[in-house]
Amino acid sequence: MSFFNFLKQNWPELFTLLRQHLWLVLISTFVAVAIGIPTGILLTRRKSLRGPVLGIANIMQTIPSLALFGFLIPLPFIGGIGARTAIVALVVYALLPIIRNTVTGIVGVDPNVREAAVAMGMTGRQILWQVELPLAMPVIITGVRVAMVIAIGVATIAAAVGAGGLGVYIFRGLRQYDNNLLLAGAVPAALMALTADFGLGLLEHHFSLAKRRKGRTRSQAKVIALVAVAVIASAVIFGSYFSGRRNLNSASGPANSARVVVGSKDFTESAILAEIVAQMLEARGVTVERKYELGGNLPHDAMLAGRLDLYPEYTGTSYTAILHHQPITDPRAVYEQVKAEYAQKFGVAVSDPLGFENSFAILIRGAEARKLKLKTISDAIPYASNWRAGFGQDFMSRADGYSGFSKAYGLKFADQPREMDLSLTYIALASGKVDLIAGNSTEGRIAALDLFQLEDDRHYFPPYEAVYLIRQDTLARVAQLRDVLTKLAHAISTEEMRQLNYEVDANKRNQAEVVREWLKKKGFTVT
Amino acid sequence: MSEPPDKPLVEFCDVSFSHASAAAPIISHLSFSVAPGETLVLLGESGCGKTTTLKLINCLLMPDAGEVCIEGKSTKAWDPIRLRRRTGYVIQEGGLFPHFTVAKNVALVPALEGWEPARIRNRVDELLSLVGLEPRDFADRYPAELSGGQRQRIGVARALAADPPLLLLDEPFGALDPLTRASLQREFAELSKRLKKTAVFVTHDVREALLLGSRIGLMHAGKLLLLETPENFLKSKNEKAMAYLETLRVSAGSVQEEAP
Repeated sequence: MSFFNFLKQNWPELFTLLRQHLWLVLISTFVAVAIGIPTGILLTRRKSLRGPVLGIANIMQTIPSLALFGFLIPLPFIGGIGARTAIVALVVYALLPIIRNTVTGIVGVDPNVREAAVAMGMTGRQILWQVELPLAMPVIITGVRVAMVIAIGVATIAAAVGAGGLGVYIFRGLRQYDNNLLLAGAVPAALMALTADFGLGLLEHHFSLAKRRKGRTRSQAKVIALVAVAVIASAVIFGSYFSGRRNLNSASGPANSARVVVGSKDFTESAILAEIVAQMLEARGVTVERKYELGGNLPHDAMLAGRLDLYPEYTGTSYTAILHHQPITDPRAVYEQVKAEYAQKFGVAVSDPLGFENSFAILIRGAEARKLKLKTISDAIPYASNWRAGFGQDFMSRADGYSGFSKAYGLKFADQPREMDLSLTYIALASGKVDLIAGNSTEGRIAALDLFQLEDDRHYFPPYEAVYLIRQDTLARVAQLRDVLTKLAHAISTEEMRQLNYEVDANKRNQAEVVREWLKKKGFTVT
Repeated sequence: MSEPPDKPLVEFCDVSFSHASAAAPIISHLSFSVAPGETLVLLGESGCGKTTTLKLINCLLMPDAGEVCIEGKSTKAWDPIRLRRRTGYVIQEGGLFPHFTVAKNVALVPALEGWEPARIRNRVDELLSLVGLEPRDFADRYPAELSGGQRQRIGVARALAADPPLLLLDEPFGALDPLTRASLQREFAELSKRLKKTAVFVTHDVREALLLGSRIGLMHAGKLLLLETPENFLKSKNEKAMAYLETLRVSAGSVQEEAP
């Protein structure tokens, strides 16, 4: 599909993401200005505060954005998932340049001019508004300009906490290795940054003293144009905001109707599993709010903070990454342990297994497997010394990944394994760039690329059975949930999951539509 | 020392002032008064305390000991904002607001005082004419578009705008080239005679002091050494005063020697 065809088909979604992005940036810049400029002014009046406050703002800016989002999720009032958290994080990043430039701008006012102002009998307030701020304005606007460009960039990461924006396309594009998605997210973000930089540059020029020697009429025309652009932009934003609110109001329905927030992790399978529950709940009259594609362990944190009611998870992940147990190989024991500990520690219920596992799958090319008659990982040990391996960052870094795996089987490769993006490893294997990878067992492209999964004959990999995690209070509140979860117990086979993944990842189909078809086929649609 | 003829407008009674960072006081036991209508020139080298003396008058600084009285009232009792708006202030380089037009700069104090716009406009035109600048050409310019001499004229016009009884001038012509300086000094002498303003004028230029002052106060190391009319200053036997007068003769002599 060409980029332009992609745009033609997806422009309504792109436009929505663009509006969300712009909204995040404008709100957060506005809030940062409202906090930053008064703070900067205060720092010019209280010199002793200057070091500590600028120091804190400096430190805040060095926090990695994903870490900051994770930190904010459990906090009351300012945290959670969605736009609010993203705005708080963006404000945190935007504050430093605004505060610093306000201080620099005001301190930089010619002392002769300030002395004259005092001696003419101006009050402190008059000096601030009529002398210091106007003279510092170009420097302050430079700060706002920097802050806004930073905000446009960081806002792409806001997609990881369910705040939407162009980052949704960028993350999805990275995951699905889809250049159209990547471009559709990155190009508008870059254009937005350039436009903001240029627009604020004009405004800065309007306030600069150098301009005052030149003619005034041209710059007035520029300012009028700028104001017009700003008015149109805010009209679009506010229009979308209010129409968004209307939708929200109409969607919320009667106050006593059941309402469930469904989340997912930031990969296709998780989103598909979430969508299955969402559609089944909606068919039963439950209002569903979707918070998909949350990064890292954010869904877990969000659920504990009461911002999510339900999300799909894998028992092995809960067992090792959340509960910090050493990996074991008995699926039953892992499931029972996770179920008991989640109930006791978190007040979270674990559904019956959905019927498939998504564990690491050691994959080689199908042709090679047939030629060498390989079935198990043990069979492959003698050949491995001639092979190159490629692994995703996750597999390389985790305890039950490469280091444990190679020790358990005594595997030695020709070179140090290549570390690359997980979704790229399948293509690297199929095209012969590497000879062995650790993929996901439900990856849709396994069949399509003619890859072969070697059996884990020493049962090294812990079981990763798919389940839903549900807050117990939600389970008590929404009667329809039990019915849905009972229907889904042992209902999805590994082949079915691969097929669903393949439809979305390889055939680029809409996941809601794919899920709708599957539910119909399974007879889950009618209640 | 000669006595001022009238009830003083400015009066220093045993005033001392020191800065936290300096051991020696900047001003110690200073007493003098300025009568209405006279121009007192404070003459001295840099660091002698003459600018500090000026700033004590309009509450930019407050005395550590003694009292500065303006119109018979201590600066401690004055509302500083009120006092400053009744006191014109001219500094070196003008201290004009670079983001204000000439007209807005001149109109600063009247605008702060809430005058009617029409009255402000008339006053600005009047003042620009007074300092020798054509209002139509200059009102809408910015300070950066003016020469140093023009900026200084605007500085004087701004100080005069609300018709204050007292003018304070801190080396206003110090940064100008000699020709511009000479013409501004002449104009200022005429102007202050015509307007009958009381003025305290700080300079390190003895020529300027002799030309403009109705009395000259010679300052050194925070003390007033001499307070005399220009005529008596020329005849003074004070060592410092003679040194200043010597500079006039020496510079004139050296110019003659160098001439072919």
